[in-house]
Amino acid sequence: MTDIKTDIIRLTAAQIAEKIASGELTAVEVTEAHLTRIEAVDEKVHAFLHVDREGALAQARAVDEQRARGEKLGPLAGVPLALKDIFTTEGIPTTVGSKILEGWIPPYDATVTRRLKEAGVVILGKTNMDEFAMGSSTENSAYGHTGNPWDLTRIPGGSGGGSSASLAAYEAPLAIGTDTGGSIRQPASVTGTVGVKPTYGGVSRYGMVAFSSSLDQGGPCARTVLDAALLHEVIGGHDPLDSTSIDAPVPPVVEAARNGTVAGMRVGVVRQFSGEHYQAGVMQRFAESVDLLKELGAEVVELDCPSFDLGLSAYYLIAPSECSSNLARFDAMRYGMRVGDDGTRSAEDVTALTREAGFGDEVKRRIMLGTYALSSGYYDAYYGSAQKVRTLIVRDFEKAFEQVDVIVSPTTPTTAFPIGERADDPMAMYLSDLCTIPTNLAGNAAMSLPCGLAPEDGLPVGLQIIAPAMKDDRLYRVGAAVEAAFVERWGHPLLEEAPSL
Amino acid sequence: MTVTEHVSLVPYEDALATYDPVMGLEVHVELGTRTKMFCGCSTELGADPNSQTCPTCLGMPGALPVVNAIGVESAVKIGLALNCEIAEWCRFARKNYFYPDMPKNFQTSQYDEPIAFNGYLDVQLEDGEVFRVEIERAHMEEDTGKSLHVGGATGRIHGASHSLLDYNRAGIPLIEIVTKPIEGAGARAPEVAKAYVAELRELIKALDVSEARMEQGQMRCDVNLSLRPHGREKFGTRSETKNVNSLRSVERAARYEIQRHAAVLDGGGTIIQETRHFHEEDGSTTSGRVKEEAEDYRYFPEPDLVPIAPPREWVEELRGGLPELPRLRRKRLREEWGVSEHDMQSMLNAGAVDLITATIEAGAPADQARKWWMGELARSANETSTDLAALPITPAQVARVAELVTAGELNDKLARQVLEGVLAGEGDPDTVVEKRGLKVVSDEGALGTAVDEAIAANPAIADKIRAGKIAAAGALVGAVMKATRGQADAARVRELILERLGAEG
Repeated sequence: MTDIKTDIIRLTAAQIAEKIASGELTAVEVTEAHLTRIEAVDEKVHAFLHVDREGALAQARAVDEQRARGEKLGPLAGVPLALKDIFTTEGIPTTVGSKILEGWIPPYDATVTRRLKEAGVVILGKTNMDEFAMGSSTENSAYGHTGNPWDLTRIPGGSGGGSSASLAAYEAPLAIGTDTGGSIRQPASVTGTVGVKPTYGGVSRYGMVAFSSSLDQGGPCARTVLDAALLHEVIGGHDPLDSTSIDAPVPPVVEAARNGTVAGMRVGVVRQFSGEHYQAGVMQRFAESVDLLKELGAEVVELDCPSFDLGLSAYYLIAPSECSSNLARFDAMRYGMRVGDDGTRSAEDVTALTREAGFGDEVKRRIMLGTYALSSGYYDAYYGSAQKVRTLIVRDFEKAFEQVDVIVSPTTPTTAFPIGERADDPMAMYLSDLCTIPTNLAGNAAMSLPCGLAPEDGLPVGLQIIAPAMKDDRLYRVGAAVEAAFVERWGHPLLEEAPSL
Repeated sequence: MTVTEHVSLVPYEDALATYDPVMGLEVHVELGTRTKMFCGCSTELGADPNSQTCPTCLGMPGALPVVNAIGVESAVKIGLALNCEIAEWCRFARKNYFYPDMPKNFQTSQYDEPIAFNGYLDVQLEDGEVFRVEIERAHMEEDTGKSLHVGGATGRIHGASHSLLDYNRAGIPLIEIVTKPIEGAGARAPEVAKAYVAELRELIKALDVSEARMEQGQMRCDVNLSLRPHGREKFGTRSETKNVNSLRSVERAARYEIQRHAAVLDGGGTIIQETRHFHEEDGSTTSGRVKEEAEDYRYFPEPDLVPIAPPREWVEELRGGLPELPRLRRKRLREEWGVSEHDMQSMLNAGAVDLITATIEAGAPADQARKWWMGELARSANETSTDLAALPITPAQVARVAELVTAGELNDKLARQVLEGVLAGEGDPDTVVEKRGLKVVSDEGALGTAVDEAIAANPAIADKIRAGKIAAAGALVGAVMKATRGQADAARVRELILERLGAEG
């Protein structure tokens, strides 16, 4: 019994879906196996903030019944998934990792949630995250930190550390993340999993609690490139409820993931993605990845993108500015926490007391930064200049993509750092997103996938692949080729080297 | 409930002798779209509190706005009618400030990229003079919810024990129309303000984008006013009188502020830039909150919405479909109907112009259409405190009454009774005539008998008429009308009397 369940949780999403469709496994069996795994290990990992056992089993039963009726199942029907606690789920708590939303039960489903349900994907529960997605370690969650399954004393990345840890701990074969400055890719990198930030507008933001509206993008997380593609296709596509959603078909990501190749492709290496902040072992694995790409038939081109050096600064003006406005709605009037409402205080006082008590330090820091940056007299110098940098970064990417099909880089400059190491040093924390931020500012697509373990600490290193907007399929074409070559070289997926929990 | 301030006022004429008023008018118009500006919730008035809300207009975490296309179309129409340029590309912006009735604590509005800008509206003053009010901009935004302060004496937040919030209004589309500084109106500034708001209201109604009922808050006006000594170019400090919600109040508020400012300035004081409340009861204004420094709304482009780029062909199509401007239409009708500006104004004030037009279109002569709507029907509306348009009678029915009068089947007195019957719900004019037996007595036999009886009863008068004193016939006509209870055609009665007595009319 235990062995079968261990086997189930090690299957990929594609394999699970196939076995459910063929009748070899039922969705309920698969769901139970994962719920059992969560019970066994999540006390240690703490990937989940809420496990919806009943809801998950009900969804699984519905899929089994559908199959019994002879209905055609979708490509991910019955496959369990861990949903980042930033997407609204009707009837299920949604906290965004913040005290200020403790106990809030949304009255509506996010578009991503609805599409998952419609596809028969089984939502196991909601995963831990840095409060309002602000952070690179999940230490900023108001509900405690999450451990990295490779080493529970280290961070699982952030803000989507719950989602990445759930994959690496075999608690779920699929997860959903959101990526504002790297919150899908950096956690994928440090946990040896795959994460994709689709083109901005590729996945609906409706029902995704906003941090920085012009940067936020939901996307798929998985243990393989193909699984990520299958999930990408389910959640992607135009949504009339999100005005910034792109009205075009999802790029052919699954087809690309099934036909990985880099032969004849031009791959760019950006000079700016290296330097003093980069760990030696990370740079070593990255260099090997570039060599691998050459071996596989790609032509490697060195690129200069000078504006990328300004990306971090621009990001830390734009994201806080938008967040200062987006988070204004948390005022204790209509939902969430309420402090000090004892009949003697004004609404303004209650709002102030609630925000004081409900928001964590990092959230307050960014609200204050953003409020300042948008202030009259400072707007041009801060928000205005940051928007100009954004335009420069877009141009650098445009120029680069005239010469190459994709760009590669390390996903994040270091491997997973110890919990607590950067908690009191925001600037050090912000450096985690050095390589991921330019893509958010430009709105194009990027993936992180494992490219080995750093020799000095034996922890996973991520390779980032960046593609032009709406060319998300290139990520999967290149990613699948690299993944296949590495797995062949290693003799097994990287994650199998992780210690057992 | 008026909060009394110790204010002295300078007599109006004296104020104008020293100072030159400069005004700025900001008018908010609630559009008559079926759904809200950024979500699909109904905009119907009078529903239960918070029954017309959704995640978007409640500002729930994760919810996003989608622009109402009809709202944009209405904004473009208003811009075109105000002779504005229509932006080729514009954006929404967030205006950030905390207030409990604003669900997101920012208002989705427009800032430095309004959809319409640089226009003007010509308004006609009572003596016929046309004054051009220049328009700075017209932009789109959303309304807030409503706070109801409970437990205090005044209904204001001060002294209330708690407040109730109704978000049904939150997200209803608004167009804010801002004038450029109105200079050179002198003593007529209050009149210009009133005429501008009146003209704008007519325009909005003609465009069919809102009912623009000021008493229901569908149109709200802020009056900004400052004074400067004659001959000085620099504007004085302004006061901002908020939510002045009737035409008369707009005029009174401007007048009051001119007198108040003059008193302060004459006394060597300085005007504080502040928000003021207007009081209907006595026409005064009192201080609201003082703006110690300009409020910082931290505007920035709304990242949840994409820019709006109205295609030029579409704008031109809308321009081609604009209705006749109210002022020009009034001029045309005045000429067609042959009425004075004053009469036209009365019809306008009574809300009768469209009804009269429709009655004429239904076949009635202009003078009769005007006579009935402004006479009998206006009286009835007045007595029951309803709008003319709300009376249970249609222009077609009024036209039918007019037709019966023209045909001689009703006289004025009977026609009034027919209208009364229609208003009382007795049916169509013809049904009322039938049921009440109101036809003019045209049966020559019956009429002849009545005439003969009147002649017989008044031999002295009959002799005078026979002797050629035709003017005396009036008395006999009166007698016949009395005998037929008014149901005879007086002209025909007169003819019959003269015929019988051998006199020539």
